[in-house]
Amino acid sequence: MAEFLEFENVHKHYGRVRAVDGVSLSIRRGEFFSLLGPSGCGKTTLLRILAGFERPDQGRVFLDGQDITELPPHKRKVNTIFQNYALFPHLTVRQNIGFGLKIEGIDKATIEREVDAMLALIQMEDQAGKYPDQVSGGQKQRVAIARALIKKPDVLLLDEPLAALDLKLRQKMLIELDLIHDEVGITFVYVTHDQGEAMSLSDRIAVMNHGKVEQLGSPTEIYEAPRSSFVAAFIGDTNFFEGTVDEMVGPDYSRLAIDGFPDVVVFNDKQLKTGDLIYLSVRPEKIRISRDRPEQGAHSNVVPAHVEDVVYLGSHTKYWARVQDYRIAVYQQHNRFLLDEQPIRWGEDVFIRWHADDGFMLERYSESDERLMGTPPEEVGEADNGGESAATGSRGA
Amino acid sequence: MAARAPRPGPAVPEGRRSRGAEWSVTLPSFLWLVALFVVPSVIVFAIAFKPATPYGGIGEGWTLETIRTLGNPNYPAIVWRTIWLSVVTTVACLLFAVPMGYFMARAPKRRQNTLLLMVIIPFWTSFLVRIFAWKMLLHPEGLLKRALVALGLAGPDTQLLYNPWAVLLVLVYTELPFAILPIYAAAEKFDFRLIEAARDLGASPFRAFRSVFLPGIRRGIVTAMLVTFIPALGAYVVPDIVGGPSSEMIGNKIAQRTFVDRNLPEASALSALLALAVLLPTFGVLVLNRGRDLLAPKSENSP
Repeated sequence: MAEFLEFENVHKHYGRVRAVDGVSLSIRRGEFFSLLGPSGCGKTTLLRILAGFERPDQGRVFLDGQDITELPPHKRKVNTIFQNYALFPHLTVRQNIGFGLKIEGIDKATIEREVDAMLALIQMEDQAGKYPDQVSGGQKQRVAIARALIKKPDVLLLDEPLAALDLKLRQKMLIELDLIHDEVGITFVYVTHDQGEAMSLSDRIAVMNHGKVEQLGSPTEIYEAPRSSFVAAFIGDTNFFEGTVDEMVGPDYSRLAIDGFPDVVVFNDKQLKTGDLIYLSVRPEKIRISRDRPEQGAHSNVVPAHVEDVVYLGSHTKYWARVQDYRIAVYQQHNRFLLDEQPIRWGEDVFIRWHADDGFMLERYSESDERLMGTPPEEVGEADNGGESAATGSRGA
Repeated sequence: MAARAPRPGPAVPEGRRSRGAEWSVTLPSFLWLVALFVVPSVIVFAIAFKPATPYGGIGEGWTLETIRTLGNPNYPAIVWRTIWLSVVTTVACLLFAVPMGYFMARAPKRRQNTLLLMVIIPFWTSFLVRIFAWKMLLHPEGLLKRALVALGLAGPDTQLLYNPWAVLLVLVYTELPFAILPIYAAAEKFDFRLIEAARDLGASPFRAFRSVFLPGIRRGIVTAMLVTFIPALGAYVVPDIVGGPSSEMIGNKIAQRTFVDRNLPEASALSALLALAVLLPTFGVLVLNRGRDLLAPKSENSP
C-alpha cells in the first residue's frame, strides 16, 4: 500500500521553464510536511498541482490510494489557505467560513452550528458579522483557516500563509498553526521560503531547488546532515572549504587537504574515497574561538586565525576570522562564563576549533554546484544584519 | 470648520473624511448639475403644464390640458413597447457583456488593450452612419437578407427591417460597448484568486462564477444596466431608421410632437413622463445599493 499522499515523478513545464522536474514524494497521514525553497523552485507549482489548479505534464498524484491527477479542484478533499487569504470581500466572516458548506447544499441549521464551532476554535465569535476588510491581518488568516478546516479536508495546503504578516504576528500565528495541527490532526502541506517557519513547524521538510527535491528529511537531519551544498547554504548559515580527501583515519574519519589548513579531520559518513573532490561545510555556531591555543584531541581541528570583524548581536556575537583565503564566520553565544573574559576584539590573533563530527563533506561535482553555492539564500534566518551572509563567506578576496 | 486630520493607516474610512473639504471639491460639479440638469428638467416639467399656441410657442397661464393628452389611446402600446425593448436590450447587453468582460479581464495585458480597442473602434464611425449601415444590411435586397435566404434560414418574403426585432437588434448593437466598458473595468480589478478559492472550497466553475465573480463586479453590472437601459428608453434615431411606424418608441413621439406638431407642451409632458420613468428605477437601484453598503459599514470598530 502506497503512502497517504504520493507524488509520482511529477513534471510541469511553463514554456521552456521546468517548474517541477520529476518530483516523487510521499507524505504520511497526519504529518506536518513542508516544501521549502527559494522563490521559483517549484514549491508553489507543486502545491497548485495538489490543489488541482494545475495539471502536471507527466506523473501522477495519489491521495489515500486514489489517483487524483485529473480531478478538478472542487472534487478534491483538499483545501487551501491562500497566500493573501483570498477571503470573499462581499461576504461576512460568518458567510466566508460557511461558504464551503453552503456550496455542498447543507441545511442552514447545520451550517450555523458548524460555523459557530469554527468561530470558537479561532476565537472570533464576536467578529462574525464583520466583513474581511474590517478585521486585522491575523484575524483574516484565522478566518481563512476556519473556512478551509470546516470542509474537513484530508489535506490542508498552506501557501506561504504567514508571508503577509509582520514578525511578531508571524511568531504568534506559528504557534497557533502548530496548535491547530495538533488539534485537528489532519495532514498539513506547508509551502514556504522561510527556513525558520519550516524548521519550527514541520515533521519533515522537502528542500526544493530548480524544480527538484534536493533533500527530504526531518528538520534536524536537514540542518545537521545536508546532502548538498545548496541545502547546506539554504538552511542556516555555513562556511564552505574546498578540498580533497587526503587519507582515511580509522574506519569513520578522513583527513582532508585544504589550502592553508593543517590537516583537517572530518567524520566521513558518505564513503568518500581518497582523492575525491569535496566541500567541507562547517556551521558558524559549531566553531569555537579562543585566544589561547586549545588542546588538540584526535577529533578536533584547531587553526590559527586573524579576527577581521566582530559584530555584537545581543544573544550572540559574529566573528569573521581569516585563514589564508578563507573568511570564516563564527557565532559565539553569550553566557555568564564568557562575560568574565576579556572579549575578543578586531585584529586579534586567535585560534578557531571545531569537532570532526561538526563538519560535513559534500561532493564536488561540477561548475553548476559551485555557482549554486555562490548564490546567497534570499533570506537568511533570523536577524542577519551583520555584514555579508556566512554562506557566501568561504573564499574572500 | 477645521479639517479633521485623516487617520493614519491603510484605509481611511469614507465617512471620516472632512466634510468641509468634500464640499469644496464637489461644489463646481454640483453647480454644473444644477444649472444644466436640474433647472432644465424643472423647465421641461413646468412647460408640460402650459398651453400651446398655434404657432408652436408656449401660451400664457397654466393648464392641465396637456397632461390629459397623455391619455391618448395610442400611447399605452408605445410605452409598453418602449419598456420591453429597453428591458430586453439591457438584458441582452448584459448577457454578452459579462462573459466578454470576464474574458477580457483574464486575457494577457497586451491582448486586453487590443480587445478594448476593438470595443471602442465602432465609436470612430458616426452613429448615424452605423445605423444606416444596419439598414442596408437588413434591407430586403441587403447582404444579410440574401445570405439568410441562400442558407434557407429565411423565406424570400421575410421582412428583416421595420419591425421591433430590427430595433432590438440595432439597439443591442449600439448599447453593447457601453455595457462592456464598465463591466470590464470592474472585472479588471477583480481578484481572480477568489475564483480559485471558491473552486477550492467545492464550487463548480459555474458556481464560482455566480457566487464570487458576479457579486465581485456588482457595481460594474449596475452601471452597465443604467447606461444601457436609460439611453434605450429614450432611443429615437434607431426606431426611426430601422423601425418604421409600427415600431415607434416614446422617443419618436417626443420628436414628432416637437418637430411635426410643434407642440412643445405635449412634447414636454411626454419627456417628463420618460424622465420620471428613468429616474424612479435609478433611485430605486441607488437606494438598494446604498442599503447594501449601509449593511456593511466600513468605518466602525476596525481594529
